[in-house]
Amino acid sequence: MSSAQPLLSVNAVSKSFGGLQVISDVSFDVESGSRIALIGPNGAGKTTIFNLISGVYTPDSGSISFDGADITAVPSRKRIGLGLARSFQNIRLMPHLSVVENIMLGQQSHASGPSDMALPLFRRSRSRREAEDLLASMGLGTFPGDVVATLPYGIRKKIEVVRALAAKPKLLMLDEPAAGLNPAETASLRDFLITISETGTTILIVEHDMGLVRSLCEEAVVLNFGSKIYEGSTKYVQDDPLVLEAYLGSRHVKDHVVAGGADA
Amino acid sequence: MSGYMSGILAILAINIIFAYGIYLSVATGQLNLGGAGFQAVGAYAAAYLSATYGFPVFLTLLSGLLLSGVFGFAIALPILRTRGVYLVLATFAFAEVIAGALLNSDTFGGAMGISVPGYVEWYVPVIIAAVVTLFVFYIMSTRFGLNMRAIHDDEEVSDLMGVPIRKVKVIAFSMGAALAGLAGGLYAHTFTFVEVQSFNAILSIYVLLYVLLGGTQTAWGPLAGATFFTLLPEVLRDLLPATKTFLVGLFGDAENVAPPDESWRFVILGVLTVLMMVFRPEGLITRPMLAHLRLRKPSARNPGGEVLE
Repeated sequence: MSSAQPLLSVNAVSKSFGGLQVISDVSFDVESGSRIALIGPNGAGKTTIFNLISGVYTPDSGSISFDGADITAVPSRKRIGLGLARSFQNIRLMPHLSVVENIMLGQQSHASGPSDMALPLFRRSRSRREAEDLLASMGLGTFPGDVVATLPYGIRKKIEVVRALAAKPKLLMLDEPAAGLNPAETASLRDFLITISETGTTILIVEHDMGLVRSLCEEAVVLNFGSKIYEGSTKYVQDDPLVLEAYLGSRHVKDHVVAGGADA
Repeated sequence: MSGYMSGILAILAINIIFAYGIYLSVATGQLNLGGAGFQAVGAYAAAYLSATYGFPVFLTLLSGLLLSGVFGFAIALPILRTRGVYLVLATFAFAEVIAGALLNSDTFGGAMGISVPGYVEWYVPVIIAAVVTLFVFYIMSTRFGLNMRAIHDDEEVSDLMGVPIRKVKVIAFSMGAALAGLAGGLYAHTFTFVEVQSFNAILSIYVLLYVLLGGTQTAWGPLAGATFFTLLPEVLRDLLPATKTFLVGLFGDAENVAPPDESWRFVILGVLTVLMMVFRPEGLITRPMLAHLRLRKPSARNPGGEVLE
């Protein structure tokens, strides 16, 4: 599985908004085919990292490379075509489009040239059939024609993952896909993600549900106040003193806090 | 067909084409309050070419469409930078500039207007309106139309999905401007006279109302909006005196009823507009409504309310 170079590599990236340093000097690699979790307390900068990788923000310093090429300067619109698709923390489906139209929007990066743009998306068009097949294979075939705004939360959450998948990405980035799901839905989401992963898609996931993180991912990157404080196996992540401190506060020694905040 | 009826049909057809012109930009999230400006460009181009060079009607219409499209393209680029109310004001300002320029130009007759020699029968705008309607339905069914609606809903996500936002917005706005220009050309040839005063702010507001109150989610919206608001004043023209006679008749003296004031029609129009904004904020025709109508059919696969969880 392990190729010579990682699929995604974040190199010493920093980002600040005004005077607020949101990300400071974060580096990590995502190997092709792996499932990596990006965790940390609220406000640690996880979503900002996602926005930097997907190109919503440009880093102040540092670089991001994907599939062997530096993509720091690649416009956000072009990145999905390289194989980098994501979902969003708050569901960002197009409320006025039907389920299948949202999925067809996910295929956008594979539509090339004016001919694809001018082709009607009728019932038998290739795009629509592919989108419907994808929905059916993910167990969401029941309501392709329904307008998204009318569907329940759990379904919409899953549709958003499928929309990102429709781009046939090499790297699938999921921002809290299990937020608001009940344990049964979370379990089905995990199986769903493992299936996706087994088809060769690399997964980078931001998640607070540690049960899901441990059962899905072998490795985790932990952020706190914009800095990386841990990188390694999810098995031992909660034994790490810095991680414990980030989540639970300093029970141990006082000067530990100062060290953790300043240089990690 | 009576002259009155054919006149109404011609106006209706022109308004539908005009509404579709504005719809194409509104459907991409660009509120366009410059409709009168684009219509004036098309109308004056057609009138001028017909009056000065004696061009045949189809050529003048084509020129009006193309020229207005070029104006639209030129406006679409700078307004990409504007959002919300500033976008509305920018398009509104464009219409005012066009009106001001025409009013102060000797070539185009200034305040006197231009008489147009070429005349078209009512069925010409009606046929063209039918073609335009089919064209817009086609556009909205393509991936380009999907992109337009996606941009309307969420630009940032559309961008991340790979939608070429600037390109789609500019093309949709320019095509819309071209259609508004076509409506203007048909106006010139139907009424055989153009003057700047008829391309005023009220016209821009009305056509935007057609689109917004008709509904921007589907291509049915502008058709319904334009039809409703064009025919409503005509229906009220007969209905109002009848209602007044009836009401007064309840109290006995039905013989000597003066016809109600004309302005009542506009009061009722205004009240209906407010009511529609309250009860159908997304417009008259919405997608859930169409889906609901489809589900009524026996062949429907999934009964409405039955969703998981």
